Amino acid sequence: MRIGVPKEVFAGERRVATAPEVVEKLIKLGFSVTVETGAGDAANFSDDAFRAAGAVVAANAEGIWAECDIVFKVRAPNLDEVAQMRAGQTLISFIWPAQNPELMQQLAAKKATVLAIDSLPRTLSRAQKMDALTSMAGISGYRAVIEAANAFGRFFNGQITAAGKVPPAKVFIAGAGVAGLAAIGTAANLGAIVRANDTRAEVADQVVSLGGEFVKVDYEEEGSGGGGYAKVMSEGFQQAQREMYAKQAREVDIIITTALIPGKPAPKLISAEMVKSMKPGSVIVDMAGEQGGNCELTEPGQAVVRHGVTIIGYTDLPSRLAKQASTLYANNLFRVAEELCKSKDGVIDVNMEDEAIRGLTVIKDGAITWPPPALKLPAAAPAGAKPAMAVVPQPKGHGHGGGEPMAAGTLAIVFGVAAVLFALVGAYAPASFLGHFTVFVLACFIGYMVIWNVTPALHTPLMSVTNAISSIIAIGALVQIAPPLLAGGATGDRPDELIRWLAVVGIGLTSINMFGGFAVTRRMLAMFRK
Amino acid sequence: MSASLTTVAYLGATILFILSLGGLSNPESSRRGNLYGIIGMTIAVLATVFGPRVAAAGIPWLIAAMVAGGAIGLYAARAVQMTQMPELVAIMHSLVGLAACLVGYASYIDTSIAFSGAEKAIHEIEIYIGILIGAVTFSGSVIAFGKLSGKIGGKPLLLPARHWLNLAGLLVVLWFGREFLHAPTVQAGMTPLIIMTVISLLFGIHMVMAIGGADMPVVVSMLNSYSGWAAAATGFMLSNDLLIVTGALVGSSGAILSYIMCRAMNRNFVSVIAGGFGTGGGTPAAAGAQPAGEVVAVSAVETAELLREAKNVIIVPGYGMAVAQAQHTVFEITKHLREKGVNVRFGIHPVAGRMPGHMNVLLAEAKVPYDIVMEMDEINADFPETDLAMVIGANDIVNPAAQEDPASPIAGMPVLEVWKAKTSIVMKRSMASGYAGVDNPLFYKENNRMLFGDAKKMLDEVLVALMA
Repeated sequence: MRIGVPKEVFAGERRVATAPEVVEKLIKLGFSVTVETGAGDAANFSDDAFRAAGAVVAANAEGIWAECDIVFKVRAPNLDEVAQMRAGQTLISFIWPAQNPELMQQLAAKKATVLAIDSLPRTLSRAQKMDALTSMAGISGYRAVIEAANAFGRFFNGQITAAGKVPPAKVFIAGAGVAGLAAIGTAANLGAIVRANDTRAEVADQVVSLGGEFVKVDYEEEGSGGGGYAKVMSEGFQQAQREMYAKQAREVDIIITTALIPGKPAPKLISAEMVKSMKPGSVIVDMAGEQGGNCELTEPGQAVVRHGVTIIGYTDLPSRLAKQASTLYANNLFRVAEELCKSKDGVIDVNMEDEAIRGLTVIKDGAITWPPPALKLPAAAPAGAKPAMAVVPQPKGHGHGGGEPMAAGTLAIVFGVAAVLFALVGAYAPASFLGHFTVFVLACFIGYMVIWNVTPALHTPLMSVTNAISSIIAIGALVQIAPPLLAGGATGDRPDELIRWLAVVGIGLTSINMFGGFAVTRRMLAMFRK
Repeated sequence: MSASLTTVAYLGATILFILSLGGLSNPESSRRGNLYGIIGMTIAVLATVFGPRVAAAGIPWLIAAMVAGGAIGLYAARAVQMTQMPELVAIMHSLVGLAACLVGYASYIDTSIAFSGAEKAIHEIEIYIGILIGAVTFSGSVIAFGKLSGKIGGKPLLLPARHWLNLAGLLVVLWFGREFLHAPTVQAGMTPLIIMTVISLLFGIHMVMAIGGADMPVVVSMLNSYSGWAAAATGFMLSNDLLIVTGALVGSSGAILSYIMCRAMNRNFVSVIAGGFGTGGGTPAAAGAQPAGEVVAVSAVETAELLREAKNVIIVPGYGMAVAQAQHTVFEITKHLREKGVNVRFGIHPVAGRMPGHMNVLLAEAKVPYDIVMEMDEINADFPETDLAMVIGANDIVNPAAQEDPASPIAGMPVLEVWKAKTSIVMKRSMASGYAGVDNPLFYKENNRMLFGDAKKMLDEVLVALMA
């Protein structure tokens, strides 16, 4: 089947839906690829690079829409493009079906099959490699910090120079989703002091791990919605949140907002009052510009200065990093193609049994299949699994004795049994045995104390040295080999010859152990070095 | 040399043996510890040879025996490969067991020391028990040696009604013990003694045959313990305190090692000895949930790429590294990374390999400095800050099901938490499950990559790619 990649027609869009290196991979999967001339220019992919990768370069978009079986795009198609589509074509791109019902109807009328990359079921771990929302959000977060740095008149990192001390910039990031986390990481790497907030308390660890500080709202409420997004919070919480934002606005130099709620206008987190309270020269980057903005004064798509604060409301942040964004997006689409074409013969199969593909497919052969049925998989997971996941502290390993002390009952039984045994031994055993018995019991205790101190790294040498030491049994054989005649004369029937041979073999065997054991231990220990 | 002098020499030897074991508490003092052991043994042997119990006539015999045995021992110590240490240790245990048997028989037929009454009974019980332990140690160790060296298959051999067989054997041994005690002459006592020895030998074989490959660390430590108890029993038999003390030291050492190994597998001693993993309890593997997701395979070049980008690396070696003899390549990679400032450390699970401390010895052989080789408890908390965890030929000891799936047969076993690292790479020959027969959800985690192939070959390729 032929995959076509037209040039993006949306004003200012610089991305392209494939990259030369991905074209090669697609061809390996059995597809053929056509790219519109100049499609990659804005992302620094020349027509020649596409040709070198094996793609055909078409002179105009009409050819692509007319000839190709599958079309890869970044932005949702506009009405002109839909008009050019041929019946039964497959389209893979961003669609936003909830926001664009009219577009959906038109696509359905074309009997097309449409896979909306934004409708991917993101909670499916297998879907992560196809998740273009995540890859684009990561780029946006990075770019937001770069835009802020560009508009901000100072260093990000604190410095002490000959010309004086420079304090580090303070950055506050509202919303710690993918974009927010990317922004936290980037800003922290530039040396700024980064604070972040999110209504989902569980992201606090991620914020800290990237070098940020998690600022809590002083109000108890859990804000996890479905699919990794946050939900709308209660009035009481919002009041507390506003107070926290107002406080941050007075303190920080840069605010980056990323708060989105699916299918709703972006929440207004930063009021005009807060903007006024910020220091002159401060910067706000509002990444929710497309959904109306998190700041009251945001002008979507533009950078404006209000009350001395630069407010950046660009809606094309990924496009501003066109080459990187195109490469990642192209890879996401390649992974989708891979899932669709498991047989690697260049023919796609939109398998509606597959949960990931089911979620992606918003129109199948002209029938609207959006929204998909709820995923079965993560149903009970978020709340129910938590208690079970709690880490049971393992008893601390090595050192003296076992972990915790024995239970009193067990201890009593052990002592009881020992007492009975000792009583039996005391009652029946002769005195000479008792002497040896005392030595034996005490030696066991010494052994117990000494061995617990042995470091686990040396357990193998421990075994070989105890092996060598247990060849002390040679002494048993030595005393038998030729005992001197006892006073009072030998008992005549001692089978000297037989005992001697038994003893000689015994000594031979234990000598192997004695010499071998110590020698191999020595060899091993010599290898342990710092 | 007088009897008192000999006793004092034995006391000195005892102290030196205790110091020798104490020296193993850290690698720096361990070499001196070994030296103490050698001195102690020399003193003990010389004190015996020149003591009152050995006549001059025996000296040529014992010198000949010691020279022959010593030569074999030294040769074996020199020739053995570090990966074969478990086999060597097992075969040495068998020698101690056999020697204990021989000394026991010799002691029984030796009529030059006469006992009477309770003393006679106790002496005979000591002989009986000494030979019993010696025989079990001997045959068990021979089978363990066979299994470790691959001469006998690693699969547990489970006879039907094996617990009843063992119980029957025990009853027979007890009955013949009674016969033995009541035997009027040495000749009459010989028959029950020989029957008991045969049963003990069979019991030793049966016991170790029923135990599978990965439980070997427990078996080897247990046999280590038995060889100590055999020496202690011999000491009682001959009224020799040095043997008793040394036997008790070795016996408790082996017992503690067995306990540590069992705890590291979250199993109790009886269940390990009683037979193979999961074979006792009905339907093991099916109970655990089938892990969802897919396996992402990488190439050696991509692995090298990941290593190059990582700042913190933890390597988790397992038996697979020993089998493939990959420890030297592992060290080359480690050295290369450390020169570039990467923090490379090793995480060792207590039961990794086939005997306690097996991995430490292999890494030491490959010249990996011991201060970067960590125990599980020391390193487990560091995985979240680790960029890359590389698992070489290990499976069950890194299985997250032990913590996450209460239905898993290995639930509760302490494991190395490699999945908490940013990325983990598992080096394995195939997708086959580990010894416990449990599927490993780690392989399906999204931050895990699989590098399939022989560990040595793949690591060589990784090293080449790293150097390039």
